[in-house]
Amino acid sequence: MRRLTLLTAATLAAGLWMSALLPAAAHAEIRIAVAGPMTGPSAPIGEQFRRGAEAAVADVNAKGGVNGEKLVLDVGDDVCDPRQAVAVANQLVNHGVVFVAGHYCSGSSIPASDVYAEAGILQISPGSTNPTYTERGLETAFRVCGRDDQQGLIAGTYVKEHFAGKKIAILNDKSAYGKGIADETKKTLNEAGIQEALYDSITAGEKDYSAVVSRLKFQGIEVLYYGGYFNEAGLLVRQMRQAGMNTVLMGGDALVTQDFWTITGPSGTGTLVTFSPDPRKEPAAKEIVDRFRQQGYDPEGYTLYTYAAVQVFAQAVAAAGSTKLDALLPVLHSRSFETVIGPLGFDSKGDVKGKTYVVYAWKDGKYDQVP
Amino acid sequence: MLYALDQLINGLTLGSIYGLIAIGYTMVYGIVGMINFAHGEIYMIGAFLTLIAIVALTTIGLVAIVPILVIALVVAVVFTAGYGWGVERVAYRPLRGSFRLAPLISAIGMSIFLQNYVQLMQGARVRAIPPMIAGGVVLLRRGSAQISVSWMQLLIVGVTIVAMGGTTLVIRKTSLGRAQRACEQNPVMAALLGINVDRIISLTFVMGAVLAAVAGFLVTLYYGSIDFFIGFLAGLKAFTAAVLGGIGSLPGAMLGGLLIGLIEAFWSGYLSIEFKDVAVFATLILVLLLRPNGLLGRSEVEKV
Repeated sequence: MRRLTLLTAATLAAGLWMSALLPAAAHAEIRIAVAGPMTGPSAPIGEQFRRGAEAAVADVNAKGGVNGEKLVLDVGDDVCDPRQAVAVANQLVNHGVVFVAGHYCSGSSIPASDVYAEAGILQISPGSTNPTYTERGLETAFRVCGRDDQQGLIAGTYVKEHFAGKKIAILNDKSAYGKGIADETKKTLNEAGIQEALYDSITAGEKDYSAVVSRLKFQGIEVLYYGGYFNEAGLLVRQMRQAGMNTVLMGGDALVTQDFWTITGPSGTGTLVTFSPDPRKEPAAKEIVDRFRQQGYDPEGYTLYTYAAVQVFAQAVAAAGSTKLDALLPVLHSRSFETVIGPLGFDSKGDVKGKTYVVYAWKDGKYDQVP
Repeated sequence: MLYALDQLINGLTLGSIYGLIAIGYTMVYGIVGMINFAHGEIYMIGAFLTLIAIVALTTIGLVAIVPILVIALVVAVVFTAGYGWGVERVAYRPLRGSFRLAPLISAIGMSIFLQNYVQLMQGARVRAIPPMIAGGVVLLRRGSAQISVSWMQLLIVGVTIVAMGGTTLVIRKTSLGRAQRACEQNPVMAALLGINVDRIISLTFVMGAVLAAVAGFLVTLYYGSIDFFIGFLAGLKAFTAAVLGGIGSLPGAMLGGLLIGLIEAFWSGYLSIEFKDVAVFATLILVLLLRPNGLLGRSEVEKV
């Protein structure tokens, strides 16, 4: 009996000691989050986000953290669903994160940004390109990628210059991203005096686009601009080739994932994509790209963008000496950040200054810049 | 004219797939009077098993296309039938005799479970196989335009006709079919006459799962890419087809499937592609307003 009491006392004491230690440990860390489609149809992009953020956090911590405090990473999964995005955003706010690298789908980033703005949490999206995201005057919304109006301008100009006189169709998937980018491309083309033969929307998530493909075939469409994600784009290309068509599909940055090629196989050859200059080729990225490849992962798509978003946050906190929003914002707007995707600066809206797009073509399972 | 024929072929192919899945909904409803919302997921599992079998057979060095397809079909059908049986045993049988909503909720739970199960076991990424059957036959040639049917489209329509014929034969001519019809009309009386009602219900789920596996097999071959989420939209469309044709009616399910396939093809062929789904569901509402039991459905006598 006596021994039991002693044991209990010892356990209690140990418990007290532990609990005294915990808040101290919690104090010396900065809680941040990466949010994106970790599951669902766009899960491959979510993986790019997660890997990029994890690597950046590990690298920052390996160098002693920020102002002596370690970064701790939460992962939020929004399935690219606007409702989930709001739920995840609230959850992250309740967890006490001070910075979110996310989200991916513009349809998710936009509603989530309201939650972060209300809570005064900094958000830097690695991949949401819809202009609305930064156009609503939210001071917490930033992005390290370009905007669809820039992307549409480049795509439209490319079509105008390389496919003069060809029949053009424009399709989108009714999402904030897909319709946004398709509309911007249409605007560029129409301003150049080029009228598309068909403008319409398809239902995302289906497998059978044969009716659409037949229609394109009989209208003699030679160039198809598609605003949407890689699943439907891949199926459209595959079904067009199966129907014996040579129509060139051009799409946005959502098609820069290996999963596009998984769907199309060799039939995806020649598919055109607008994307920022490949960050993997930046000299600043060489070391980290090599490290990713040694681990058997090619840091494609948004991996390095997410890495850069975390870097921007870490450098801003180091410069401001605080994680408070009031201290961070002037730093973010005033200086340039050395990141893995090159030097970045932000304008008053939170967009990256001077970001441009270039055109890539898919071939042999890789995308390469076209002249 | 050529164009209309092309869209007709597209619509029939798509409609066949919807019809095959719809039969599973309609058979289960006919016997137990509940909607098996996990049926779309059963179809998705059939598609995954096909893909796994094809990849496995190609890896061990089999190149002849016919044996690969036959073995893949058998694997998909057998294992999917097992899933169909298991789902009934685990999620519905314990709730038989419970209030009407219980199995419905259980079905939705089962659907979410299966979806997440496949996502965790197989990953969220898209799985794809290269086209297995290429080419086709040219039906009509007029100038430079031509209409061709791919072998795959012929295979889909052919397999669907065989599967439909087989199912009808089983239900009309065999003792199992007689027992199924008896259970549909009056389960208590059927039990009194020595029919094992639970076993018949299990077999009905298995038959539905077999047809869903065939649909999953055809879809994997035709479109070549699948993911864990394909069951949702396909299940929704097939369920709509079953209701449109008259739920509980076998030919009705097939007719509903074909009708939806044709509406989708012709609507996106001639009118706004954007409003395709609006057209499908508007047709459903119209049909239900005029014929509340669907096109071929019989009015149900409320048992007291």
